[in-house]
Amino acid sequence: MIIASNVSKKFGKLKALDDVSVTCIKGECIALIGPNGCGKTTLIKSILGMVVCDSGFITFNGNNIRHDWKYRAQIGYMPQIGRYPENMTIGQVLDMMKDIRGYKNENLDEELISQFGLRDILKKRMSTLSGGTRQKVSAALAFLFDPDVLIMDEPTAGLDPVSSEILKEKILTEKNTGKLVLITSHILSELDDLISQVIYMQDGRICFHKSITSLQQETGEAKLSKAIAHVMLKG
Amino acid sequence: MKKIIKYVIIDILRNKIVLAYTAFLLLISITIFNLEDNSAKGLLSLLNIILIIVPLVSMLFSAIYVYNSSEFLELLVSQPLKRKTIWLSLFFGLAASMAFAFFIGAGIPILLYEATPTGFIMLGTGLLLSVIFVAIAMLAAVMARDKAKGIGVVILLWLYFSIIFDGLVLFVLFQFADYPLEKSMVAAVAFNPIDLSRILILLKMDVSALMGYTGAIFKDFFGAQTGLLISFAVLFTWIVIPAWLSLRKFNRKDL
Repeated sequence: MIIASNVSKKFGKLKALDDVSVTCIKGECIALIGPNGCGKTTLIKSILGMVVCDSGFITFNGNNIRHDWKYRAQIGYMPQIGRYPENMTIGQVLDMMKDIRGYKNENLDEELISQFGLRDILKKRMSTLSGGTRQKVSAALAFLFDPDVLIMDEPTAGLDPVSSEILKEKILTEKNTGKLVLITSHILSELDDLISQVIYMQDGRICFHKSITSLQQETGEAKLSKAIAHVMLKG
Repeated sequence: MKKIIKYVIIDILRNKIVLAYTAFLLLISITIFNLEDNSAKGLLSLLNIILIIVPLVSMLFSAIYVYNSSEFLELLVSQPLKRKTIWLSLFFGLAASMAFAFFIGAGIPILLYEATPTGFIMLGTGLLLSVIFVAIAMLAAVMARDKAKGIGVVILLWLYFSIIFDGLVLFVLFQFADYPLEKSMVAAVAFNPIDLSRILILLKMDVSALMGYTGAIFKDFFGAQTGLLISFAVLFTWIVIPAWLSLRKFNRKDL
C-alpha cells in the first residue's frame, strides 16, 4: 500500500533518512521503533508529504506522492505534538476539518470524541488545553474520517492511563477491520498486543523489518521489549 | 480554496489589529482632509503618510501572521489539500484583508473628498501597494525559518524601500553627475514600488516641484499616459514575482 524506495533526506549536515526502503501492506500493524532522533518522525512526515525527500520516492497505492495530494484523504495522522490554531475552539477545529475535507455529518467516526469526553469541552480554546487534551483532539481527528491508513506518532505519550487504554482499544478494532496502522512509540510494552510487524531504525537507516512472530522465534523472547533488547545487545 | 480563504479571513478579523489599522487610516485621512482647505493639498499630505504606513503595516502584519499560523499550515499540509492551494489561500486572505482595510480607511475618505482622477490613482496604487507588500512579506517569511530573523528582514526591507533606496539613487546621481544617467534612473525606479507609486500620483497631480529628480526624468521620458500604463504593469509584476517565488519555496519547504 505504501512503498518507500531509497528515500534520503538531509537536514543540513544531519542525515535524517539514509536510503530507506520500506513496504507497508494493508491489514498490517507496524511498529516503528528506534532511539530518539533516528528518523522515525521524518519518515512519517515524508509519507505525509510534509517533508520533501531529497532523493528516492514514495508511492501510495501505486501513485507517486510527489505531485499527488488526494491520497492524504485516506490517511489519518496523529502528530507527536499536535499544533492547532491557538485562538480556535475544539469545536471550531473539528468543524473546520470536516468542512475542508468536504464531509457533512455522515460517515464520520465520532466514537473517540465522545469516549474522550471532548463533547463537553467543545467551547474551550486550543490555547487553554493541556498537552493530554491536545493529544485527545489529535487522536479524535485522526480517526474522524474513517481512513484506510492510520499513522500515529507517539500516540499515548501524555495521555492518562484510561484514555491511553481507550485509544489502544480503538487502534485494535480499526486494525481488525483491515486497515494499515503505523505506530511509533518508545513504550514497547504497550505495543505487544497491537502490532504484527516491527521496523527498527537507527541513524536514519532501517536495521530490520520483520514480522513479530519471526522476531520472537529468532530471539526466543515472547515480549517485544525483551526481543528488541536482545537484538540491540547482539547488534 | 474558498474554504481556506474563508478561515484565514475569519481568523484575521478575530485578531483586532486589522480593524485598528482601518480605524487609524480612517482617522488620519479624515483629519488631513479637514485640516487643509484645499482637498488636493490634503491628498498630497495623505500621500506621504500612506506611502510610509501602508507598506510597513502590510509587511509586518503579514510576516507575523504567516509565522503565527505555522500550526495552521502544518495542520493543513497533512490534509488532502494541494500546497499551492494552501499558500495561495493564505496570500489571498491576507491581501484581501489589507486591501479592504485600505479601501475602508483611506479609499472612502478619498472618494468622499477628492473623487478626481488623481484620487482614483491614489486609491489604485494604495490597494496595489497593500498587496505588493503582503507578497514580499510572505516571501521573506517563507525564506527565513526563524521568526525574529524573518521579521528583522521585513523591517530592513521596509527601510530599504522607503528610505535607503532614495538615498542610493541620490548618491549615484551626485557621484555620476557628469554622465547621462537619465534613462537608467527611469529603469532604477522600477525596482522600488513605493517610489513608483509616488511618481505615478505626482505625474497625475502635476506638481513637478515636488517630484524630485527621478520623477522629473520619468515624466519627461514617458509622458503621462504611457508612464501610467507601464507603471501599473510594473506594480503588477511586483505582486506576481514575489508571490510566485514564495509559492515555489513553500512547495519544497519541510514542515
